[in-house]
Amino acid sequence: METNISFKLKVWRQANAHAEGRFETYEMHDIPTDTSFLEMMDILNEQLIEKGEEPVTFDHDCREGICGMCSLYVNGHPHGPATGATTCQLYMRRFHDGDTITVEPWRSAAFPVIKDLMVNRNAFDQIQQAGGYVSFQTGGAQDANAIPISKEAADEAMDSATCIGCGACVAACKNGSAMLFLSAKVSQFALLPQGRAEAKRRVKAMLAKMDELGFGNCTNTGACAAECPKNIKLSNIARLNREFLCAKCSD
Amino acid sequence: MWLTNSSVGRKVVMSVTGLFLVLFVTFHALMNAVALISFEAYDAICEFLGANWYAVLGTLILAGGFAIHIIFAFILTFQNRKARGNNRYAVNARPKNVEWASQNMLVLGIIVLGVMVLHLTQFWAKMQLPELMGEHVMNGTFYLRATFSQLWVLPVYLIWFAALWFHISHGFWSAFQTLGTANDKWITRWQCISKWWASIVFILFAVEACYFTWFFAL
Repeated sequence: METNISFKLKVWRQANAHAEGRFETYEMHDIPTDTSFLEMMDILNEQLIEKGEEPVTFDHDCREGICGMCSLYVNGHPHGPATGATTCQLYMRRFHDGDTITVEPWRSAAFPVIKDLMVNRNAFDQIQQAGGYVSFQTGGAQDANAIPISKEAADEAMDSATCIGCGACVAACKNGSAMLFLSAKVSQFALLPQGRAEAKRRVKAMLAKMDELGFGNCTNTGACAAECPKNIKLSNIARLNREFLCAKCSD
Repeated sequence: MWLTNSSVGRKVVMSVTGLFLVLFVTFHALMNAVALISFEAYDAICEFLGANWYAVLGTLILAGGFAIHIIFAFILTFQNRKARGNNRYAVNARPKNVEWASQNMLVLGIIVLGVMVLHLTQFWAKMQLPELMGEHVMNGTFYLRATFSQLWVLPVYLIWFAALWFHISHGFWSAFQTLGTANDKWITRWQCISKWWASIVFILFAVEACYFTWFFAL
Protein backbone atom coordinates (compact mmCIF):
# COMPACT_ATOMS: atom_id res chain seq x y z
CA MET A 1 0.00 0.00 0.00
CA GLU A 2 1.38 3.39 -0.95
CA THR A 3 2.21 5.78 1.85
CA ASN A 4 4.36 8.86 1.99
CA ILE A 5 7.62 8.97 3.94
CA SER A 6 9.96 11.74 4.98
CA PHE A 7 13.66 11.15 5.55
CA LYS A 8 17.14 12.65 5.55
CA LEU A 9 19.29 12.10 2.48
CA LYS A 10 23.05 12.20 3.01
CA VAL A 11 24.60 12.57 -0.43
CA TRP A 12 28.26 12.64 -1.47
CA ARG A 13 29.00 15.89 -3.31
CA GLN A 14 32.26 16.34 -5.17
CA ALA A 15 32.71 19.13 -7.74
CA ASN A 16 35.16 17.21 -9.95
CA ALA A 17 37.74 14.42 -9.96
CA HIS A 18 40.34 16.49 -8.16
CA ALA A 19 38.13 18.37 -5.68
CA GLU A 20 37.69 17.31 -2.07
CA GLY A 21 34.35 15.58 -1.57
CA ARG A 22 31.94 15.91 1.37
CA PHE A 23 28.51 14.77 2.49
CA GLU A 24 25.57 17.14 2.07
CA THR A 25 22.33 16.44 3.94
CA TYR A 26 18.93 17.10 2.34
CA GLU A 27 15.50 16.82 3.96
CA MET A 28 13.04 14.94 1.75
CA HIS A 29 9.34 15.32 2.56
CA ASP A 30 6.31 13.23 1.63
CA ILE A 31 7.92 10.95 -0.92
CA PRO A 32 5.48 8.21 -2.05
CA THR A 33 6.86 4.73 -1.30
CA ASP A 34 6.04 3.65 -4.86
CA THR A 35 8.64 6.12 -6.15
CA SER A 36 11.79 4.47 -7.45
CA PHE A 37 15.08 5.49 -5.86
CA LEU A 38 16.21 7.27 -9.02
CA GLU A 39 12.87 9.09 -9.31
CA MET A 40 13.42 10.24 -5.73
CA MET A 41 16.84 11.53 -6.81
CA ASP A 42 15.11 13.32 -9.72
CA ILE A 43 12.72 14.96 -7.22
CA LEU A 44 15.73 16.09 -5.17
CA ASN A 45 17.38 17.52 -8.28
CA GLU A 46 14.21 19.43 -9.28
CA GLN A 47 14.11 20.95 -5.81
CA LEU A 48 17.81 21.89 -6.05
CA ILE A 49 17.34 23.46 -9.48
CA GLU A 50 14.32 25.45 -8.24
CA LYS A 51 16.48 26.76 -5.41
CA GLY A 52 19.19 27.67 -7.91
CA GLU A 53 21.62 25.05 -6.58
CA GLU A 54 23.75 22.56 -8.50
CA PRO A 55 21.82 19.28 -9.05
CA VAL A 56 23.36 15.97 -7.93
CA THR A 57 25.14 14.18 -10.79
CA PHE A 58 24.51 10.43 -10.99
CA ASP A 59 24.66 7.79 -13.74
CA HIS A 60 21.45 6.27 -15.10
CA ASP A 61 20.12 5.19 -18.45
CA CYS A 62 17.61 2.42 -19.15
CA ARG A 63 16.03 2.39 -15.68
CA GLU A 64 14.97 -1.22 -16.17
CA GLY A 65 18.01 -3.05 -14.80
CA ILE A 66 19.76 -4.06 -18.01
CA CYS A 67 22.17 -1.29 -19.00
CA GLY A 68 24.44 -1.29 -15.94
CA MET A 69 24.69 2.49 -15.73
CA CYS A 70 23.11 3.24 -12.33
CA SER A 71 25.68 2.89 -9.62
CA LEU A 72 24.76 4.21 -6.21
CA TYR A 73 26.12 2.86 -2.93
CA VAL A 74 23.07 3.16 -0.68
CA ASN A 75 23.27 2.53 3.08
CA GLY A 76 26.38 0.35 2.79
CA HIS A 77 25.24 -1.70 -0.20
CA PRO A 78 25.99 -1.25 -3.92
CA HIS A 79 22.55 -0.76 -5.53
CA GLY A 80 21.01 -0.46 -2.07
CA PRO A 81 19.45 -2.97 0.31
CA ALA A 82 17.47 -4.95 -2.29
CA THR A 83 19.11 -8.16 -3.56
CA GLY A 84 19.33 -9.14 -7.21
CA ALA A 85 18.33 -5.64 -8.29
CA THR A 86 20.00 -2.51 -9.62
CA THR A 87 19.56 0.96 -8.11
CA CYS A 88 16.89 1.78 -10.70
CA GLN A 89 14.90 -1.26 -9.52
CA LEU A 90 15.05 -0.09 -5.90
CA TYR A 91 11.87 1.46 -4.54
CA MET A 92 11.33 3.80 -1.61
CA ARG A 93 9.13 1.19 0.09
CA ARG A 94 12.41 -0.36 1.26
CA PHE A 95 12.88 2.65 3.57
CA HIS A 96 11.02 4.01 6.55
CA ASP A 97 9.77 7.33 7.75
CA GLY A 98 12.51 9.17 9.65
CA ASP A 99 15.40 7.16 8.12
CA THR A 100 18.73 8.64 7.20
CA ILE A 101 19.73 7.33 3.77
CA THR A 102 23.41 7.60 2.87
CA VAL A 103 24.24 7.70 -0.83
CA GLU A 104 27.86 7.33 -1.92
CA PRO A 105 29.63 6.73 -5.23
CA TRP A 106 31.46 3.42 -5.98
CA ARG A 107 34.76 3.80 -4.13
CA SER A 108 37.69 2.15 -5.86
CA ALA A 109 41.02 3.46 -7.12
CA ALA A 110 40.21 2.03 -10.56
CA PHE A 111 36.85 3.88 -10.64
CA PRO A 112 37.75 7.53 -9.97
CA VAL A 113 34.87 9.91 -9.19
CA ILE A 114 34.02 12.20 -12.13
CA LYS A 115 31.48 14.27 -10.25
CA ASP A 116 29.27 13.69 -7.19
CA LEU A 117 27.98 10.11 -7.53
CA MET A 118 29.25 9.48 -11.06
CA VAL A 119 32.42 7.39 -11.44
CA ASN A 120 34.57 6.55 -14.44
CA ARG A 121 34.10 2.85 -15.24
CA ASN A 122 36.13 2.96 -18.44
CA ALA A 123 38.46 0.36 -16.89
CA PHE A 124 35.78 -2.29 -17.54
CA ASP A 125 35.66 -1.33 -21.22
CA GLN A 126 39.43 -1.69 -21.41
CA ILE A 127 39.27 -5.17 -19.86
CA GLN A 128 36.61 -6.17 -22.40
CA GLN A 129 38.69 -4.75 -25.24
CA ALA A 130 41.67 -6.83 -24.09
CA GLY A 131 39.91 -10.06 -25.07
CA GLY A 132 36.23 -10.21 -24.20
CA TYR A 133 35.13 -11.19 -27.70
CA VAL A 134 35.41 -13.87 -30.41
CA SER A 135 37.68 -12.54 -33.10
CA PHE A 136 37.47 -15.00 -35.99
CA GLN A 137 35.11 -15.04 -38.98
CA THR A 138 32.58 -17.80 -38.47
CA GLY A 139 31.38 -17.97 -42.07
CA GLY A 140 27.89 -19.30 -42.81
CA ALA A 141 25.85 -20.62 -39.92
CA GLN A 142 26.08 -24.38 -39.38
CA ASP A 143 23.08 -26.65 -39.08
CA ALA A 144 21.51 -26.49 -35.66
CA ASN A 145 22.82 -29.24 -33.36
CA ALA A 146 25.91 -29.85 -35.54
CA ILE A 147 27.95 -29.12 -32.40
CA PRO A 148 26.11 -30.53 -29.37
CA ILE A 149 26.25 -28.28 -26.28
CA SER A 150 24.98 -29.56 -22.96
CA LYS A 151 22.03 -27.79 -21.37
CA GLU A 152 24.16 -27.15 -18.24
CA ALA A 153 26.94 -25.45 -20.23
CA ALA A 154 24.44 -23.38 -22.22
CA ASP A 155 22.63 -22.30 -19.04
CA GLU A 156 25.88 -21.45 -17.23
CA ALA A 157 27.15 -19.44 -20.21
CA MET A 158 23.83 -17.59 -20.43
CA ASP A 159 23.85 -16.86 -16.68
CA SER A 160 27.41 -15.51 -16.92
CA ALA A 161 26.45 -13.38 -19.90
CA THR A 162 23.80 -11.59 -17.82
CA CYS A 163 26.60 -9.53 -16.18
CA ILE A 164 25.79 -5.92 -17.04
CA GLY A 165 29.23 -4.61 -16.08
CA CYS A 166 27.88 -2.14 -13.52
CA GLY A 167 30.87 -2.51 -11.19
CA ALA A 168 28.91 -3.39 -8.04
CA CYS A 169 31.34 -6.29 -7.47
CA VAL A 170 34.28 -3.89 -7.35
CA ALA A 171 32.33 -1.47 -5.15
CA ALA A 172 31.40 -4.25 -2.70
CA CYS A 173 34.85 -5.84 -2.55
CA LYS A 174 37.06 -4.71 0.32
CA ASN A 175 39.99 -5.37 -2.02
CA GLY A 176 38.59 -3.42 -4.97
CA SER A 177 38.89 -6.57 -7.07
CA ALA A 178 37.13 -6.99 -10.42
CA MET A 179 37.35 -10.79 -10.40
CA LEU A 180 33.58 -11.44 -10.49
CA PHE A 181 33.14 -9.20 -13.54
CA LEU A 182 36.17 -10.73 -15.27
CA SER A 183 35.15 -14.28 -14.40
CA ALA A 184 31.66 -13.74 -15.85
CA LYS A 185 33.10 -12.35 -19.07
CA VAL A 186 35.63 -15.19 -19.35
CA SER A 187 33.06 -17.87 -18.44
CA GLN A 188 30.46 -16.88 -21.02
CA PHE A 189 33.00 -17.71 -23.74
CA ALA A 190 34.93 -20.52 -22.05
CA LEU A 191 31.79 -22.62 -21.69
CA LEU A 192 30.90 -22.58 -25.38
CA PRO A 193 32.77 -24.05 -28.39
CA GLN A 194 32.95 -20.69 -30.19
CA GLY A 195 34.89 -19.27 -27.25
CA ARG A 196 37.18 -22.25 -26.59
CA ALA A 197 39.43 -21.55 -29.60
CA GLU A 198 40.76 -18.35 -28.01
CA ALA A 199 40.19 -19.25 -24.36
CA LYS A 200 43.86 -19.25 -23.31
CA ARG A 201 44.76 -16.00 -25.00
CA ARG A 202 41.60 -14.36 -23.72
CA VAL A 203 41.99 -15.21 -20.03
CA LYS A 204 45.64 -14.17 -19.96
CA ALA A 205 45.04 -10.89 -21.79
CA MET A 206 41.98 -9.89 -19.76
CA LEU A 207 43.57 -10.77 -16.42
CA ALA A 208 46.75 -8.88 -17.32
CA LYS A 209 44.66 -5.83 -18.24
CA MET A 210 42.68 -6.05 -14.99
CA ASP A 211 45.90 -6.19 -12.93
CA GLU A 212 47.42 -3.34 -14.93
CA LEU A 213 44.42 -1.07 -14.26
CA GLY A 214 44.93 -1.27 -10.51
CA PHE A 215 42.16 -3.60 -9.34
CA GLY A 216 42.92 -5.59 -6.19
CA ASN A 217 43.59 -9.28 -5.55
CA CYS A 218 40.59 -11.53 -4.86
CA THR A 219 40.52 -13.01 -1.34
CA ASN A 220 37.28 -14.98 -1.78
CA THR A 221 35.20 -12.99 0.69
CA GLY A 222 32.19 -13.42 -1.59
CA ALA A 223 30.85 -9.88 -1.07
CA CYS A 224 30.82 -9.42 -4.87
CA ALA A 225 28.45 -12.30 -5.53
CA ALA A 226 26.30 -11.37 -2.50
CA GLU A 227 25.80 -7.84 -3.85
CA CYS A 228 25.66 -8.57 -7.60
CA PRO A 229 22.37 -7.29 -9.07
CA LYS A 230 22.48 -10.10 -11.63
CA ASN A 231 23.36 -12.86 -9.14
CA ILE A 232 26.59 -13.81 -10.92
CA LYS A 233 27.92 -16.79 -9.00
CA LEU A 234 31.18 -17.14 -7.09
CA SER A 235 31.93 -20.39 -8.94
CA ASN A 236 32.76 -18.26 -11.99
CA ILE A 237 35.86 -17.05 -10.14
CA ALA A 238 36.97 -20.66 -9.61
CA ARG A 239 36.48 -21.23 -13.35
CA LEU A 240 38.53 -18.13 -14.15
CA ASN A 241 41.33 -19.35 -11.87
CA ARG A 242 41.16 -22.80 -13.49
CA GLU A 243 41.24 -21.31 -17.01
CA PHE A 244 44.20 -19.09 -16.10
CA LEU A 245 46.20 -21.85 -14.38
CA CYS A 246 45.62 -24.26 -17.30
CA ALA A 247 46.61 -21.55 -19.80
CA LYS A 248 49.79 -20.78 -17.85
CA CYS A 249 50.71 -24.43 -17.36
CA SER A 250 50.36 -25.11 -21.11
CA ASP A 251 52.60 -22.17 -22.08
CA MET B 1 57.10 -14.72 -13.30
CA TRP B 2 53.32 -15.11 -13.28
CA LEU B 3 53.29 -16.36 -9.69
CA THR B 4 54.33 -12.90 -8.51
CA ASN B 5 53.18 -10.68 -11.39
CA SER B 6 49.55 -11.72 -11.76
CA SER B 7 46.82 -11.43 -9.16
CA VAL B 8 45.79 -15.07 -9.61
CA GLY B 9 49.43 -16.18 -9.40
CA ARG B 10 49.97 -14.38 -6.09
CA LYS B 11 46.82 -16.00 -4.74
CA VAL B 12 48.08 -19.41 -5.87
CA VAL B 13 51.23 -18.83 -3.81
CA MET B 14 49.04 -17.94 -0.80
CA SER B 15 46.84 -21.00 -1.25
CA VAL B 16 49.63 -23.54 -1.77
CA THR B 17 51.66 -22.26 1.22
CA GLY B 18 48.43 -22.01 3.23
CA LEU B 19 47.44 -25.62 2.53
CA PHE B 20 50.98 -26.69 3.43
CA LEU B 21 50.65 -24.89 6.77
CA VAL B 22 47.23 -26.48 7.38
CA LEU B 23 48.85 -29.89 6.90
CA PHE B 24 51.64 -28.95 9.30
CA VAL B 25 49.20 -27.71 11.95
CA THR B 26 47.22 -30.95 11.60
CA PHE B 27 50.30 -33.12 12.09
CA HIS B 28 51.35 -30.92 15.02
CA ALA B 29 47.96 -31.42 16.71
CA LEU B 30 48.09 -35.18 16.10
CA MET B 31 51.63 -35.54 17.47
CA ASN B 32 50.70 -33.56 20.58
CA ALA B 33 47.74 -35.88 21.03
CA VAL B 34 50.22 -38.68 21.71
CA ALA B 35 51.01 -36.94 25.03
CA LEU B 36 47.37 -37.34 26.05
CA ILE B 37 47.90 -41.10 25.97
CA SER B 38 51.49 -41.47 27.13
CA PHE B 39 54.20 -38.95 28.03
CA GLU B 40 56.87 -41.61 27.32
CA ALA B 41 55.59 -41.95 23.75
CA TYR B 42 55.60 -38.15 23.40
CA ASP B 43 59.20 -38.03 24.60
CA ALA B 44 60.06 -40.71 22.03
CA ILE B 45 58.60 -38.52 19.24
CA CYS B 46 60.60 -35.50 20.48
CA GLU B 47 63.70 -37.72 20.59
CA PHE B 48 63.00 -39.06 17.08
CA LEU B 49 62.67 -35.55 15.64
CA GLY B 50 65.20 -33.64 17.79
CA ALA B 51 67.86 -31.98 15.68
CA ASN B 52 68.20 -34.86 13.21
CA TRP B 53 68.79 -33.86 9.60
CA TYR B 54 65.24 -34.68 8.48
CA ALA B 55 63.74 -32.61 11.31
CA VAL B 56 66.06 -29.69 10.54
CA LEU B 57 65.23 -29.92 6.82
CA GLY B 58 61.52 -30.04 7.68
CA THR B 59 61.89 -27.01 9.94
CA LEU B 60 63.65 -25.07 7.19
CA ILE B 61 60.95 -25.91 4.61
CA LEU B 62 58.29 -25.02 7.16
CA ALA B 63 59.96 -21.70 8.01
CA GLY B 64 60.15 -20.98 4.27
CA GLY B 65 56.43 -21.75 3.89
CA PHE B 66 55.60 -19.45 6.80
CA ALA B 67 57.83 -16.67 5.50
CA ILE B 68 56.35 -16.76 1.97
CA HIS B 69 52.78 -16.92 3.31
CA ILE B 70 53.36 -13.96 5.63
CA ILE B 71 55.30 -11.82 3.12
CA PHE B 72 52.63 -12.39 0.45
CA ALA B 73 49.88 -11.62 2.96
CA PHE B 74 51.37 -8.18 3.57
CA ILE B 75 52.03 -7.55 -0.14
CA LEU B 76 48.45 -8.56 -1.07
CA THR B 77 46.94 -6.46 1.73
CA PHE B 78 49.02 -3.45 0.73
CA GLN B 79 47.99 -3.80 -2.93
CA ASN B 80 44.35 -4.35 -2.01
CA ARG B 81 44.19 -1.28 0.23
CA LYS B 82 45.72 0.73 -2.59
CA ALA B 83 43.14 -0.65 -5.03
CA ARG B 84 40.36 0.32 -2.63
CA GLY B 85 41.40 3.96 -2.91
CA ASN B 86 41.84 6.73 -0.38
CA ASN B 87 38.17 7.39 0.31
CA ARG B 88 36.48 4.87 2.57
CA TYR B 89 32.74 4.25 2.65
CA ALA B 90 30.87 6.13 5.38
CA VAL B 91 28.44 3.22 5.82
CA ASN B 92 29.60 -0.37 5.65
CA ALA B 93 27.29 -3.36 5.79
CA ARG B 94 28.60 -6.91 5.64
CA PRO B 95 26.29 -8.85 3.32
CA LYS B 96 24.96 -12.14 4.65
CA ASN B 97 26.90 -15.16 3.35
CA VAL B 98 30.13 -13.20 3.78
CA GLU B 99 32.19 -14.75 6.58
CA TRP B 100 33.62 -12.37 9.15
CA ALA B 101 36.92 -14.29 9.01
CA SER B 102 37.27 -13.75 5.26
CA GLN B 103 37.43 -9.99 5.75
CA ASN B 104 39.85 -10.15 8.68
CA MET B 105 42.43 -12.70 7.58
CA LEU B 106 45.41 -10.38 8.12
CA VAL B 107 44.40 -9.48 11.68
CA LEU B 108 43.74 -13.15 12.48
CA GLY B 109 47.08 -14.07 10.91
CA ILE B 110 48.88 -11.47 13.02
CA ILE B 111 47.32 -12.91 16.21
CA VAL B 112 48.35 -16.42 15.13
CA LEU B 113 51.87 -15.21 14.34
CA GLY B 114 52.20 -13.23 17.59
CA VAL B 115 51.36 -16.16 19.87
CA MET B 116 53.42 -18.44 17.64
CA VAL B 117 56.51 -16.36 18.47
CA LEU B 118 55.73 -16.86 22.17
CA HIS B 119 55.18 -20.58 21.54
CA LEU B 120 58.53 -20.87 19.73
CA THR B 121 60.34 -19.26 22.68
CA GLN B 122 58.62 -21.75 25.00
CA PHE B 123 59.46 -24.87 23.00
CA TRP B 124 61.59 -24.62 19.85
CA ALA B 125 64.11 -22.21 21.42
CA LYS B 126 64.58 -24.67 24.29
CA MET B 127 64.44 -27.93 22.34
CA GLN B 128 65.73 -27.97 18.73
CA LEU B 129 67.76 -24.75 18.84
CA PRO B 130 70.08 -25.64 21.80
CA GLU B 131 70.44 -29.19 20.45
CA LEU B 132 71.63 -27.74 17.15
CA MET B 133 74.23 -25.76 19.11
CA GLY B 134 75.38 -28.94 20.79
CA GLU B 135 73.83 -28.24 24.18
CA HIS B 136 72.09 -30.79 26.36
CA VAL B 137 68.28 -30.68 26.29
CA MET B 138 65.70 -32.34 28.52
CA ASN B 139 62.90 -34.55 27.24
CA GLY B 140 59.73 -33.12 25.69
CA THR B 141 57.54 -33.59 28.76
CA PHE B 142 59.91 -31.38 30.79
CA TYR B 143 59.07 -28.41 28.57
CA LEU B 144 55.37 -29.26 28.56
CA ARG B 145 55.47 -29.07 32.36
CA ALA B 146 57.56 -25.87 32.32
CA THR B 147 55.01 -24.16 30.04
CA PHE B 148 51.63 -25.46 31.16
CA SER B 149 52.38 -25.30 34.89
CA GLN B 150 51.88 -21.54 34.44
CA LEU B 151 48.14 -20.86 34.49
CA TRP B 152 48.20 -17.78 32.20
CA VAL B 153 49.36 -19.94 29.29
CA LEU B 154 46.01 -21.70 28.87
CA PRO B 155 43.80 -18.64 28.12
CA VAL B 156 46.44 -17.19 25.79
CA TYR B 157 46.66 -20.50 23.92
CA LEU B 158 42.86 -20.80 23.71
CA ILE B 159 42.64 -17.32 22.12
CA TRP B 160 45.40 -18.44 19.76
CA PHE B 161 43.50 -21.59 18.76
CA ALA B 162 40.30 -19.57 18.23
CA ALA B 163 42.12 -17.19 15.88
CA LEU B 164 43.53 -20.22 14.10
CA TRP B 165 40.02 -21.70 13.77
CA PHE B 166 38.73 -18.56 12.06
CA HIS B 167 41.84 -18.31 9.88
CA ILE B 168 41.64 -21.94 8.68
CA SER B 169 37.85 -22.01 8.36
CA HIS B 170 38.13 -19.42 5.59
CA GLY B 171 41.65 -20.12 4.30
CA PHE B 172 41.11 -23.81 3.64
CA TRP B 173 38.15 -23.55 1.22
CA SER B 174 39.49 -20.30 -0.20
CA ALA B 175 42.68 -22.13 -1.22
CA PHE B 176 40.70 -24.70 -3.21
CA GLN B 177 38.62 -21.95 -4.81
CA THR B 178 41.85 -20.16 -5.84
CA LEU B 179 43.29 -23.36 -7.28
CA GLY B 180 40.20 -23.63 -9.47
CA THR B 181 38.96 -26.87 -7.91
CA ALA B 182 35.51 -25.53 -7.06
CA ASN B 183 32.17 -25.25 -8.77
CA ASP B 184 28.63 -24.62 -7.50
CA LYS B 185 28.58 -27.97 -5.66
CA TRP B 186 32.16 -28.00 -4.48
CA ILE B 187 32.23 -24.47 -3.03
CA THR B 188 29.74 -25.50 -0.36
CA ARG B 189 31.48 -28.85 0.10
CA TRP B 190 34.89 -27.22 0.58
CA GLN B 191 33.31 -24.71 2.99
CA CYS B 192 31.84 -27.58 5.00
CA ILE B 193 35.13 -29.55 5.00
CA SER B 194 36.90 -26.33 5.97
CA LYS B 195 34.76 -25.84 9.09
CA TRP B 196 35.13 -29.49 10.08
CA TRP B 197 38.90 -29.49 9.57
CA ALA B 198 39.35 -26.24 11.51
CA SER B 199 37.09 -27.54 14.29
CA ILE B 200 38.91 -30.87 14.63
CA VAL B 201 42.28 -29.10 14.82
CA PHE B 202 40.85 -26.59 17.34
CA ILE B 203 39.34 -29.32 19.54
CA LEU B 204 42.56 -31.39 19.49
CA PHE B 205 44.71 -28.41 20.48
CA ALA B 206 42.24 -27.14 23.07
CA VAL B 207 41.82 -30.55 24.72
CA GLU B 208 45.60 -30.98 24.79
CA ALA B 209 46.22 -27.56 26.35
CA CYS B 210 43.45 -28.09 28.93
CA TYR B 211 44.75 -31.57 29.81
CA PHE B 212 48.37 -30.40 30.19
CA THR B 213 47.25 -27.46 32.37
CA TRP B 214 45.13 -29.77 34.51
CA PHE B 215 47.97 -32.31 34.76
CA PHE B 216 50.87 -29.94 35.42
CA ALA B 217 49.32 -26.85 37.04
CA LEU B 218 46.42 -28.10 39.13
